[in-house]
Amino acid sequence: MTAYLIRRVLFFGLTLLLTSLIVFAAVRLLPGDVETAVLGRGAEPAARAALREELGLDLPFFMQYGNWLSGFLSGDWGNSYAMKLPIMPLVMERLGNSLRLALIAMLIAVPPSVLLGLFAGLNEGKLFDTVFSLGSLILVGIPEFVMGIILINVVALGWGILPPSASVPPDASFGEALPRLILPSLTAAAVLLAYIGRLTRVGVIAEMRRTYVRTAVLKGLRWRQVIFKHVLRNALLPTITVIAISLGWLISGLVVIENVFAYPGLGRLMVFAIQQRDLPLILGGVMIAVTVFALANLIADLLYAALNPRIRLG
Amino acid sequence: MEAPILSIENLTVAYRLQGKWLEAVREVSLCVSAAQTYGIVGESGSGKSTLVQAVMGYLSGNGAVRSGAIRFEGEDWLHTPRRRREQLWGARLSMVPQDPLSALNPALTVGEQIAELVQRHTEDTHNAAYGRAIEMLRRVKLPDPEGAARRYPHQISGGQQQRALIAMALASPDLRLLVLDEPTTSLDVTTEAAILDLFAELQDDHRAATLFVTHNLGVVARMCQRVAVLYAGEVMEDAPTETLYHKALHPYTRLLLRAVPRIGDHSTLQAIPGRIPSLRKRPSACVFAPRCPVAIDLCHAQKPPLERAKDGHLVRCHRWHEIAEGSLRVEEAPSVAKRREIQSTEVTFFDQLFSAEQNGAQATIMRAEHLRVQYGVRGLLGRLLGKKLPFRAVDDVSMRVPRGKTLGLVGESGSGKTTFARSLIGLIEIESGEAHLLEMPLRGTPRQRTKATLKAMQMIFQHPEESLNPNRTVGQALSRPLMTLSGMARPEAERAAADLLRAVSLPADYLGRFPRELSGGEKQRVAIARAFAAQPALILCDEPVSSLDVSVQASILNLLAQLQAQHEVAYLFISHDLAVVGYLADYIAVIYRGQLVERGKAESFFTPPHHPYTEALLASIPLPDPQAKQRRIRLPDDQPTGGVPSGCRFHPRCPRYLGEICQRQAPPWHTDEQGRHYRCHIPPHELTVLQTEDGA
Repeated sequence: MTAYLIRRVLFFGLTLLLTSLIVFAAVRLLPGDVETAVLGRGAEPAARAALREELGLDLPFFMQYGNWLSGFLSGDWGNSYAMKLPIMPLVMERLGNSLRLALIAMLIAVPPSVLLGLFAGLNEGKLFDTVFSLGSLILVGIPEFVMGIILINVVALGWGILPPSASVPPDASFGEALPRLILPSLTAAAVLLAYIGRLTRVGVIAEMRRTYVRTAVLKGLRWRQVIFKHVLRNALLPTITVIAISLGWLISGLVVIENVFAYPGLGRLMVFAIQQRDLPLILGGVMIAVTVFALANLIADLLYAALNPRIRLG
Repeated sequence: MEAPILSIENLTVAYRLQGKWLEAVREVSLCVSAAQTYGIVGESGSGKSTLVQAVMGYLSGNGAVRSGAIRFEGEDWLHTPRRRREQLWGARLSMVPQDPLSALNPALTVGEQIAELVQRHTEDTHNAAYGRAIEMLRRVKLPDPEGAARRYPHQISGGQQQRALIAMALASPDLRLLVLDEPTTSLDVTTEAAILDLFAELQDDHRAATLFVTHNLGVVARMCQRVAVLYAGEVMEDAPTETLYHKALHPYTRLLLRAVPRIGDHSTLQAIPGRIPSLRKRPSACVFAPRCPVAIDLCHAQKPPLERAKDGHLVRCHRWHEIAEGSLRVEEAPSVAKRREIQSTEVTFFDQLFSAEQNGAQATIMRAEHLRVQYGVRGLLGRLLGKKLPFRAVDDVSMRVPRGKTLGLVGESGSGKTTFARSLIGLIEIESGEAHLLEMPLRGTPRQRTKATLKAMQMIFQHPEESLNPNRTVGQALSRPLMTLSGMARPEAERAAADLLRAVSLPADYLGRFPRELSGGEKQRVAIARAFAAQPALILCDEPVSSLDVSVQASILNLLAQLQAQHEVAYLFISHDLAVVGYLADYIAVIYRGQLVERGKAESFFTPPHHPYTEALLASIPLPDPQAKQRRIRLPDDQPTGGVPSGCRFHPRCPRYLGEICQRQAPPWHTDEQGRHYRCHIPPHELTVLQTEDGA
């Protein structure tokens, strides 16, 4: 297990390093150049050259990469071209916002989806299962922005219970921010609910066919003991992995939802950075997104290993 | 006699498929009383699993009891509500299943899985129940029961898993009925013998009625007082074990007993033609009539009743009177199989057969020298990420296969026998050593090999369904090697494919069929035909009959023998079953943990001296004869983990362990006067004395 842990963590570091190299190279391939972005279209060649030198753009590629990497690792992520502000606090604040949204979405989605999936799986082929399968398929099929707009129109504008916009003032307390967070979390949760629910259902169905379930039944165990002690322990393994991975998606991948609700998350910051050709900001944002994603995967792997004695004990 | 614990009366169980009821068990009646072991023998499709499920009161979804009754201790078991059943399951009746690993929950410790049963049926606290679990593990003779209780199923060996399940089944002090559903089928023969002993021993304590369901006639002969033979869902014959094995009255029983290979018996096996009818096509008259050599018109027109032939001997056949009188013969007269006079020149040749040093024997077609195969190292990235330590599955194996002969390679699971064959054919990389086929080096993957090498060696696998492409017809499967390896044009190849089918006794219209339309035995015939398509000099047969029913197995073995006689092809015949190998092989080699421990000519192989491991194998085989005398040698369960033992690899399990020398020194090869070779610290004359005097 220890060897496994070390290997996974090393792999995690390697992933981040390689991604940073790829992202650094890719950002350079974006159309348009930094000078035009910063100085405007009619800038003097001399000013352009001075800017290039100032930003280190005249250096060879790997020197640039090395400089950026050492800065990034020491916490100096450079300044945003567009906002003229240090990048790290900017990204971190947005990361915090995204995290808040993700956790609420997770709390809304996970318990009911696992329960629904379990119940559907135990009643395979029956009415409840059919309704669940159909409903979850529809839920997965509705694009996030459509779901968001429906929620805004019905819940916020129609019933007037919750605010339609999620733009939270930076100094708002959690209690003040919460009502504004519910609709966007609900939108994200809708997708997750269907996804996790379907996965749980499939896992339960597969495990119910395994021979050890018969052994458990023929021991005379009560039905709920068979389900909760024997079946779920195995059936939820893939589900737990997926939940951990979706945390990565919830934090760094909610561009559309954040836009619909005007929520100041990491996704919206990235869109802004790309629109402005703000290279250092893109880099910083992408790296944080990638880190969150890789971390979620790492946690998923470790969790799977910890819960599965076959991996934990080899 | 006291009232039976279990009585089954006229039971019919059916499955509902596409709106129709298909009967898997028909009108079965039997009674099992306390301390009795009742055997149910049947091949696949006989309905024995369905019967087990019905008895346990746990039929799978679309199955239902259509008529008849099951009484458990007098209680109407079919109408017992689920709640009551839950109270009885595990307490008064329990079951030991076939495949122990899949029957245990991978995510719970062994001790916990037993303890929860104890806790369910008693007032015990968790600690007390866990203590009882450990006590049970001790009773089933697991070494280190406390340690075993803490382990997860995958951390203990197959034999130990099965012991844990037995501990579970017997944990209740109130046990009345024990159902054993092929409990040793997935185990190695040495483990099987130890587990069977354990059943017999424990039954003296619990005195529960035991229903022993199996396909293995040898296991039944050893374990049961009474046997019912099941065929296509019906009881064909039901008699005390002695009677059944020596005075069977039903043609099916008699033929089945003639289809099992027996050690030391070289008369030709008699195969039963045809196959068990599928659920949809059960004849309404006698179900065995379509395959019966003595069926008359009446058999196809009218269903025979289950008649009482003698006290306690029931038989379902229209002609049992004639068989009982001896006026009707079901079996063919025994004939001695091919072989087996090895000429004197061959004896000197045979001495060289396995030695790697000598070279140049004319008739050798394949020689392997100091072959080693290693698992667990795969490139640089593999080394970085790999979790397993390298493991040498084949370690310094040398052998030769002579032209037109069969070399049987015997070993239990994990012995390296299959790895050896796969390395020869190029599916696994050879680490070191050399192998030559007709003086062509065997190196690299099949893709890297020359056409001549590929053509000269073919392989037949254990599971024909996995080696035949489900989307290709039989004709396509056969003509492909003819075109690619023998360079035939398509029309010519198609004609040749038809000839091949005829050679394996399949009708020509099978050319257009897909593998899913064939039975297991027919698929294996197609696989054999395909192996012969390239006209090879050597065929590697990897457990080719292990997945087949006894009656089908005999026909495949006979087919292999017949084709060998016609085509002068050599076989490397790999099997865990010494009786099967003994039937077919000219030479036999025994492999243990990647090394050969014994090799010899087949005809003298079954007399001492033996390597102690071979001796244990021979003593473990369940013989299909209740009167058979067999020495009792049992090996401790193999440990699944841990490295290769030092010195002699067999020393941790060896019943003839001498002392420190076995631990420290690799044993030398000995040769006795008959040219038999084995590897042990005990010299031949001593071993012969040891192995002839005690026991026997």
